[in-house]
Amino acid sequence: MTSSGLPVPAPTPRASPLRVVREIITAIGQGPLGFIDQAGRLALFCLSTLFWLPRRPFRWSQLFRHLRDVGFGSLFIVVLTGFFTGMVFGFQTLQGFRRFGAEALVGPATLLTLSRELGPVLTGLMVAGRSGSGMATELGTMRVTEQIDAMATLAVEPMQYLVVPRVLAATFMMPLLTAIFTGCGFLGCYLIGVGREGIDPGVFLYETWLATDPDDFYEGWIKGAFFGAQISLISSYEGFQASGGARGVGEAATRAVVLSSVSILVGTYVLAEMLDPLIHSYIHFDALPK
Amino acid sequence: MTTQPMAKPETTAVTSSRAERPPAIEIRGLRKRFGDREVLKGIDLVVQRGSILVILGGSGMGKSVLMKHIIGLLQPDAGQVIVDGEDISHMSALELKRVRRKFGMVFQQGALFDSMTNWENVAFPLREHRKDLKGQALDDKVRSLFELFSLKADIQGPRFPSELSGGQRKRVALARAVALEPEIVLYDEPTTGLDPITTDQVDEMILDAKKHLGITSVVISHDIASAFKIADHIIFVYEGEIVVAGLKKEMLASEHPFVKQFFATWASKNI
Repeated sequence: MTSSGLPVPAPTPRASPLRVVREIITAIGQGPLGFIDQAGRLALFCLSTLFWLPRRPFRWSQLFRHLRDVGFGSLFIVVLTGFFTGMVFGFQTLQGFRRFGAEALVGPATLLTLSRELGPVLTGLMVAGRSGSGMATELGTMRVTEQIDAMATLAVEPMQYLVVPRVLAATFMMPLLTAIFTGCGFLGCYLIGVGREGIDPGVFLYETWLATDPDDFYEGWIKGAFFGAQISLISSYEGFQASGGARGVGEAATRAVVLSSVSILVGTYVLAEMLDPLIHSYIHFDALPK
Repeated sequence: MTTQPMAKPETTAVTSSRAERPPAIEIRGLRKRFGDREVLKGIDLVVQRGSILVILGGSGMGKSVLMKHIIGLLQPDAGQVIVDGEDISHMSALELKRVRRKFGMVFQQGALFDSMTNWENVAFPLREHRKDLKGQALDDKVRSLFELFSLKADIQGPRFPSELSGGQRKRVALARAVALEPEIVLYDEPTTGLDPITTDQVDEMILDAKKHLGITSVVISHDIASAFKIADHIIFVYEGEIVVAGLKKEMLASEHPFVKQFFATWASKNI
C-alpha cells in the first residue's frame, strides 16, 4: 500500500524466453485448432440434420413456409440479377466475338456459361445474402432468447422442427431459382444480341439450340441443390451457435453469409471436377455447325 | 415434512408419502465446466415427488446451469442426473425427447416463440403431443389455460408476444409450460418482473399444482418471500456448490458469509 492508501500495482513478471516461445506457439496453434473445432462442430451439425431428416413427424407447414421464403422471397432479386448478368455478359462477349465475326455464337456462349457456372454460383450468392442471413438471424435470435431451449423442453426436437425444413426448402428451391436465373440471363443476352446489335433472331436461337445440351442444365441444377444445402446448413449452424445478444446475432448472420459465399465459390470448382466426368462424359462439339 | 439423513452436507432430500417410487429427480456428483471456469462443483441433490424445491443464490452462481442439466439441455462433465429412475445424463436425443414429455419449463424471459401468436404459443405443445385435440376442443383447452392464468381474452387473438407486458408474457409462458400437465415443472425466476398480486398468484399456482396434481416443482428464485412461502426445501448455491440446505430457519441461521449478506440485505430492504 502507498502512503495514500492506494494499492501498489504488482511488478510485471519478466518474460522468460521459454514463456515467449510457448506463447508464440500457442498463438500460431489457436487459428488451426479453432478452424478444426468449428469444422468438427459443423460436421456434427450436418450429421444431426441427416439423422432427423427421415424421422416423423414431417413438418409440412414449416417446409412450405420456407419454400415460400427461400423461393418466392428470393425470386425478384434472382430475376433482376439474372437479367442484368445476361445483358452484361452478352454485351462483353459480343465485343470479343465480333473480332472473329462470330457474333452469332454469343447466345450459346452465354447460355453455357450461365447454365453451368454463373447461374448456380450467382443464384447461390444471392440466396446466401438474402435467405442465409435471414435464417442465421432468425435462429440466432431464437437461440439467445432461449426459444430453441424452450422448444426442446416441450419435447420437440429443434433440429427436426427448425433445421430440416430449411435445408429441404433451400435444396429444392435452389435448382428452380438457378433455372430462372439462367432463363432471365439468356433473355437479357437475347435483348442485347438481337435487340441492340441486330443479330437475326432465328440465327441466334438456332446456334444456341445446336450448341447446348440438356446435360449443361443438369450440372447447374445439381450444383444449385448442393449450394442450397450448403447455405441452409451453414446459416442454421451459425444461428444455433449465436450467443451474447444482438451483437452475437449480427456476427452470426455475417459469418453465415461469408462462409456460405466462400463455400459456394470453392464448391463450384470441386463440383465441376466431380460432375464433369459423370455428366459430360462426351463432348458435343460435333453438334456445332461445320 | 421430514428430512432424510444426508450422506453429505450438500445432499438434500424431501420426503413424500409416495416414497416407494424413485425420487422425481436425483443428482449425484454433478460437475460442469465452461472453458476454464468450473460452474458446478459436485452437486448432490434429491427431490422427491410432489415437493417444491427452491434454489436460491446470487447471479452467475450456477443455478440456471443446474436447472438445464435437470432437463437435459446440458450434459454434465461428471456425475449423474436421474429423472424418475432413469439416468438422463448421457441419453440419446430420441430418448431425451421421450423423457422431456414429463417436464414443463418456464424460462426467465418467457422464451415465447415470437413468430407465433400468443394462442399458437400455448397451443404449440398440445398440437405436437395431443393429436386428439383439434378444432374447437383445442381452442377450448387453450382458452381454459389462458383463464387459469388470468389472461384476458384480448391477448388471445392474433396478438404476438412482443405486444405483451413482461408479466403477461410470463403468464403465457406458464400456460404453455403446464399445457401438457407435466409431472415436473421447472421455473427459472417465475416471479421476476411481476407485480405483487401476480407474484402471489404465481406462488398460489405452484402450490395448487403440488396440492391438486402432485406436480414436482423446482424453482430458481431471487424472491426470498416467495421462496419461504412455497418451498418444501431450499438450497443455496454459491459458486457451483450447495452451501446451505434446509428451510427458512437454516437459511437465516447460516454462517456462510455470502448467505449471511444475502439475507441481511433482503431483511434490511423489507423492514
